[in-house]
Amino acid sequence: MVRLRKLALCAPLLVALALVGCASDGGGIQSQKLNGVKSRGKLLCGVDGKLPGFSFVSPDGSYSGLDVDVCRAVAAATLGDPSKVEFRDLNSSERFAALASGEIDLLSRNTTYTLSRDASGGNGLSFAPTVFYDGQGVMAPKAAGINSLKDLAGKPICVESGTTTELNLADRMREIKATYTPLKFQTGDQTYAAYLQGRCVAVTSDRSQLAAKRTSFPDPAGHVLLPEVLSKEPLTPVTVNADPGWADAVRWTIYGLMQAEELGITQANIDAKVAEAKANPNQADLRRFLGVEGDFGKQLGLPADFVVQAVKAVGNYGELFERNVGQGSKLKLERGLNRQWSDGGLIYSPPFR
Amino acid sequence: MPSPAVTPWWRNRRLIPWLVQGVAGLVVLVVVAFLVGNLVRNLTNAGLLLSWSWLGNPAGFDVSETLLPFNAELPYWRALLAGLVNTLRVVVAGLVGATVLGTLIGVAAFSSNGLLRRLARVYVELIRNIPLLLQLVFWYFVVFLSLPGGEQAIQLPGVVLAKSGLFLGKPELIDGVWHGQLRLTVEFGALLTGLVVYTAAFIAEVVRGGVASVPPGQWEASRSLGLTPLQTLQRIVLPQALRVIVPGLNSQYISLAKNSSLAVACGYTDLYSVAETTLNQTGRAVEVVLILLGSYLVIDLLISALMNGVNSWVQIKER
Repeated sequence: MVRLRKLALCAPLLVALALVGCASDGGGIQSQKLNGVKSRGKLLCGVDGKLPGFSFVSPDGSYSGLDVDVCRAVAAATLGDPSKVEFRDLNSSERFAALASGEIDLLSRNTTYTLSRDASGGNGLSFAPTVFYDGQGVMAPKAAGINSLKDLAGKPICVESGTTTELNLADRMREIKATYTPLKFQTGDQTYAAYLQGRCVAVTSDRSQLAAKRTSFPDPAGHVLLPEVLSKEPLTPVTVNADPGWADAVRWTIYGLMQAEELGITQANIDAKVAEAKANPNQADLRRFLGVEGDFGKQLGLPADFVVQAVKAVGNYGELFERNVGQGSKLKLERGLNRQWSDGGLIYSPPFR
Repeated sequence: MPSPAVTPWWRNRRLIPWLVQGVAGLVVLVVVAFLVGNLVRNLTNAGLLLSWSWLGNPAGFDVSETLLPFNAELPYWRALLAGLVNTLRVVVAGLVGATVLGTLIGVAAFSSNGLLRRLARVYVELIRNIPLLLQLVFWYFVVFLSLPGGEQAIQLPGVVLAKSGLFLGKPELIDGVWHGQLRLTVEFGALLTGLVVYTAAFIAEVVRGGVASVPPGQWEASRSLGLTPLQTLQRIVLPQALRVIVPGLNSQYISLAKNSSLAVACGYTDLYSVAETTLNQTGRAVEVVLILLGSYLVIDLLISALMNGVNSWVQIKER
């Protein structure tokens, strides 16, 4: 009898256990994230926030830059409004945890596309199309007389921790059999402060980042980029692996920006192009791309005119590039590898069909 | 014949406490099982089941200053060990430094010299009210990185103090970079200074409280016996004050060990710094964080155990 009553006491606990077990089970829905963004009415986007040209907070609190515009384009495509983005400033070691925990929907923070980050057995991330083809470089003060990587043998080099740059630097220095002292800092601000204070004779990072940071130095002309490119750094927006539907929506929004440039569709002429597509039933390609006919939007779970919304918000890829990091900006970076494939670059959108 | 009164089980004084304990234990178990189950399920969904084999892979990155020899070809566990040794190095040096400085300042609060007394007060109030992170940034970027570098370095016979560190034993300048048999980097210096200065302010308060707990009669009696103030402190007051001081010191020591993880603010490669790089390269967030948690826990428990030993040694032995 006593034993039975003890069991009766345990029963509610077992029921509670079963309930709790069920409650934690989610998943199954194809694009939980996309639905989440829509029902929230706001995209949570992780950016750097301190990198002129890519993502930078101005004194009035507004964000600008290439990475920021990618967030805006995705917000425009999914929600029809580029201003419905909430930015989160993340440092390089926080970023993946923020993405994995669902604190952000999209990470657009000059993140290099690598095998270990993509693989399910690694970070398990899902990479969108690369928005900036970069390479790691080294910057040194002009006065130091350093002309190549070899001149850095035995010298301290500043590195930001939590990036692939540490590994690349170690690999290249080992190749040329040069010893060096890596000085690791947690944030970019600390890294460049130590460099400017003269603690290290050189600082290494992505070449675009070095060029961007240099614009905020007291004497930008006093620092030179070494000719060596230490690595390939395709900087790419990232989503979580577990939600292919959401990854597709982000992917094709970005391809939309690239395809728009290829088709000569700009922020200025987009309305005219839409009118043209509507008036000409025989321009099937254009009509499908702009969502006048077909169901591309629906297949992705997006509005039919998602490309139109994205281009209206930020312009096509070329406009985005020139405005933020190209000739229209302080950075004045060449398009280089980031030209359209038709101009000999690597920007190539698969067909919209 | 009346049957013997049977106590119903719910009034059984021996059973009930056991039952309550059992239920409470079960609830804890269920919660833990739920949390662990949830973790494992979510990690499996994300394709990140716990695994430790990556610890044997080559680290691929360098560690700037190590007591144990290290290079990029050695495995991750060696890198983490090098980081742990660096952490222990700064913790041990910090404990010694903070104790000495803290005791001096704590005792200075009882000095007959008014200036010294007030200085000790100002020190404590100034230091303990500024966040440690800010102080570390100050020591590193403002003080240590302002040292002259290269040929302008401060040179004394056998000792050179430069922007890159303190060099002992025949320092020489090769190609603009100082080399010496023994080197303490400015990163280590800044972290150590920051930890010592900060923790000393708290230790000073613990010491002051301990000394103040000794009844004034002890001072007076000692003086009437003709002992000097220093002798009074040494032989009469401090031995009694220690009983109050030691338990308070314990928590300050533990804070110092934990605060050492702020090393990343001044470029010192401690366990946290190495773990961060490891995490980023391997993507093994849960495992790396578990290693971090375990390491700091062990360090702190060791300090605690040591201090408990000291505590039972200084307590009044009652026979």
